[in-house]
Amino acid sequence: MTPTAPRRVAQGQFLAGLRAISPILLGIFPFATISGVAAGEAGLSLAQAFAMSVGIFAGASQLASVQLIRDHANGLVIVLTAIVINLRMAMYSASIADHFRRYSLPVRAFLSYFLTDQAYAVSITHFQRDEAGKGWYYFGAAIAPWTVWQLGTAMGLLLGASVPPSWSLDFAIPLTFIALVMPNIRNRASASAAMAAVLLAVAAHGLPYNLGLLTAAIGGIGVGMRVEARQEAIGER
Amino acid sequence: MNDSTFLLIVVVIGVATYLLRFSFIGAARHEPRAGKESAWQRALRYVPVAVLSALIAPALTLRSGALALPWQNPRLIAGLVAALVAWRTRNVLATLAVGMALLWLLQALG
Repeated sequence: MTPTAPRRVAQGQFLAGLRAISPILLGIFPFATISGVAAGEAGLSLAQAFAMSVGIFAGASQLASVQLIRDHANGLVIVLTAIVINLRMAMYSASIADHFRRYSLPVRAFLSYFLTDQAYAVSITHFQRDEAGKGWYYFGAAIAPWTVWQLGTAMGLLLGASVPPSWSLDFAIPLTFIALVMPNIRNRASASAAMAAVLLAVAAHGLPYNLGLLTAAIGGIGVGMRVEARQEAIGER
Repeated sequence: MNDSTFLLIVVVIGVATYLLRFSFIGAARHEPRAGKESAWQRALRYVPVAVLSALIAPALTLRSGALALPWQNPRLIAGLVAALVAWRTRNVLATLAVGMALLWLLQALG
């Protein structure tokens, strides 16, 4: 994939990415089946559900669209809601872009399709130093969720609601996010960013089109930068 | 909703979502600028922590769209304990196991 990564490096990085994402798949699979069940309940066919899971491949926005379809919402509202939920992908793209700059445009276009919360978080936490084969690490961490997502969606749709909601398996997703965020809280500035994002997300949860998520994310970044600047100013780091 | 409307919606969301993913990766510069870290680069360092926190908070604190207080909300308690486990162990499996087990226990007791 890259001139700087010989096959051995590529293979090692790909496997390391796979290994890093594997426990997180335990959270993705139940979420995928829930998404499949919801698609079935909204009256989608298997082909339609696949069109969504392959064509959109972004769980939260798929679930929101399916619910809106079931409620016979206006098409424009559905599209807007899904896009706002997925705006965070542009933030991930900006954050990870520098690590992929050595790759050709077609490779970057290919890797972009697989960008998810999980593949991003696992990769960016790992990409601390400059090393060859970052794209392979990311690809390992990204292709597994994609596969599990497609399988889980199909299973949920075909088997229906055979998993009782009282098992609360949907809770596995926020739990994996918790596991992913903690290693990124390294100092006072990042802890402040996390706290601010949490408070803002709760305060702004009522905003239409899920704009609360974006508000909280941007607010958290702002607070983190502010605390960092202040600490630098007083030389406390 | 008819078939072609559904397909149109999926295509529009799919293309838009792809373009969001591709946006900055596609525009990646070939050489990093030397020297001091820019404000943009500093902001990007807070993306993982801010976005993930913003995703987690509503999942722990809201029940059917309304704020639920800690003692009425097993998810908040289980989530906070799981965060402690994640912080101490840095282990995804342990975080998942403790969080799910505690949620089930609290629900069974509740």
